[in-house]
Amino acid sequence: MRREIPLIITTIAGLVFAISYFIPHWPFVEAESIFGDWIAIVQAFAIWLGALNLIKVSLEKIYRKKEDAFYSGIIIVCLLVTLGIGFYDGFSGGAQSSFRDTGTTFDWLYRFIYTPLTSTMFAMLAFFVASASYRAFRARNFEATLLLIAGFFVMGGRVPLFDLALKPFTDVPYFSEFAGWIMAYPLTAGMTAIMIGIALGIMSSSLRIILGIERSHIGGA
Amino acid sequence: MKLKNSQHISTLYTSLFFTLFVLIFSTLTSQAQTEQEMFDSVQTLILQAEVAATPPAPVTMLSAVDNPNDKGGAMLISWELSVDDADLKSYFVMRSDTKVGGFEQVGEAVRGNSSYVDNKVEDDKEYYYYVNSVKQYTDFDGNEAFAGAGSQSVGPIVSSAQWFNMARVYCLFFVLLVSGAIMFYINKAKSGAEIYVRKIAGIDAVDEAVGRATEMGRKIFFIPGIQDMNDVQTIAGIAILGRVGELAAQYETWLEVPVSKSLVMVTARETLKEAYTKVGRPDAFNQDQVHYLTDDQFGYAAAIDGMVVREKPATIFYMGAFFAESLILAETGNAAGAIQIAGTAMPSQLPFFVASCDYTLLGEELFAASAYLSKEPRQLGSLKGQDFGKLIFMTAIILGVLIETFTDVPVSKYFLVK
Repeated sequence: MRREIPLIITTIAGLVFAISYFIPHWPFVEAESIFGDWIAIVQAFAIWLGALNLIKVSLEKIYRKKEDAFYSGIIIVCLLVTLGIGFYDGFSGGAQSSFRDTGTTFDWLYRFIYTPLTSTMFAMLAFFVASASYRAFRARNFEATLLLIAGFFVMGGRVPLFDLALKPFTDVPYFSEFAGWIMAYPLTAGMTAIMIGIALGIMSSSLRIILGIERSHIGGA
Repeated sequence: MKLKNSQHISTLYTSLFFTLFVLIFSTLTSQAQTEQEMFDSVQTLILQAEVAATPPAPVTMLSAVDNPNDKGGAMLISWELSVDDADLKSYFVMRSDTKVGGFEQVGEAVRGNSSYVDNKVEDDKEYYYYVNSVKQYTDFDGNEAFAGAGSQSVGPIVSSAQWFNMARVYCLFFVLLVSGAIMFYINKAKSGAEIYVRKIAGIDAVDEAVGRATEMGRKIFFIPGIQDMNDVQTIAGIAILGRVGELAAQYETWLEVPVSKSLVMVTARETLKEAYTKVGRPDAFNQDQVHYLTDDQFGYAAAIDGMVVREKPATIFYMGAFFAESLILAETGNAAGAIQIAGTAMPSQLPFFVASCDYTLLGEELFAASAYLSKEPRQLGSLKGQDFGKLIFMTAIILGVLIETFTDVPVSKYFLVK
């Protein structure tokens, strides 16, 4: 029964979601909505599982004085401080206020610590794009050379300098137009092909899961 | 001298009188002109105000029907635009549950729009509608004012849920066709027929990648993306984790799975435990191999980057749904010298993985990977059915392009799915 019950639930839920896409009527629409609510409730409770696991793993690292125990210490301190400030702000402000209100200490943490840290990580993308592009655009074979040429024209078409360089010879913005053509036709065609493949893959995968052929995700072979 | 003085005085009086006369005359004339101008401008303003306050032409051909292909609770109101559409602010949609009176505004469609969906109605209840064409103007006192003209009311109309979404009939046709093909090949495989599946380099490299970690005596990282278990990509990633776990257990290599969702942690643990048990190494499984980091996208990326830099894993798998963090993770792994295999169905992230990883499973290959690795006939059969689906779509696309290009039949219009 340990395998059968999850399989039955999976099959019923999968069929309900699939049928409600085509039949927007009772009971499928209502069942879909109920399953959606269940997902949200289970996810909300599961957050504690994750938080407790994080504390346990971090404490173990500190206890065993592992190499990265220092970082585990930072995690525990940050977790407890944020949690404590959140609770304090939530309870001290009265029933009408929230810990997320502007001007609370929690809000300060969010705006002046969390947001800059997140922005810093996101900003690193610029450097990683440069290093990845350098590797990708090396003309080692036919495909990479095509990529290099396409990349040159698309990048050239996105900055005014290239069209400006052609200005003494022609008023037609050839770079912009060619970049637009690459984006509108070869790129769209390729992306559409990938999207169709993905849709078919999802369909095939879903059928395997609904029929119980694919069981790896519930610990089956 | 006296005479001279009297002449001088008389001349002075004459000039003074003349100047006074000119002044009075010019003042009276200009005053009359100003009054005339003011009168004219007031008349113009009154005329403008009268024109502005004139109600616009109402909409025509008003119709209200039960909104098609929905779960009920909505009406579709449509009309022909007012002839004064260009001067309008918007169309106010008015509703009542009685034919006469009690109409209230339930929605607003800006000028140029000829339909509105009222999705705040109760099923099986009668409603009446009319549409007010409304224009906004500034009145004589400088205040904002409105002038409107209502159309004829229509009704009664009742909304209800439909038993089938007719706009998706072609979608259902293709779903049934492809599902039928998948089922056919699954049954064919079950009956013992040999199923040929083309080689996928990225999946074949899994053995090599795990072996490399074993030889180097370093860890394997498996990153299942940042989506929860309700995303099919995460399920596909976890299915691959099961196969990778079997190999890691056989080779006695430490496999670590840092996750960003608690439910993924629970599922991945169960999957890995089963994988270790399956190859006869249940004792080698440690549940802390799968551990939670954070739900936050960039916090998760930062934590994994730190682990990769410190622990220098030999192999990293990225299998699941990834967003902007994909390149941050893959470039750090690349810099750490790890062999990297990625698989995702996020088209916008695929170029990043292709640029930074050794092997990349493109879209559908992610979903095929588990079946491919399992070597189980039924699963391989489903892949064959998937390929048959691709054949159908390729044929449909080629035929569609030819028909649209060389005939007047707007074939694409019939296959739009809403």
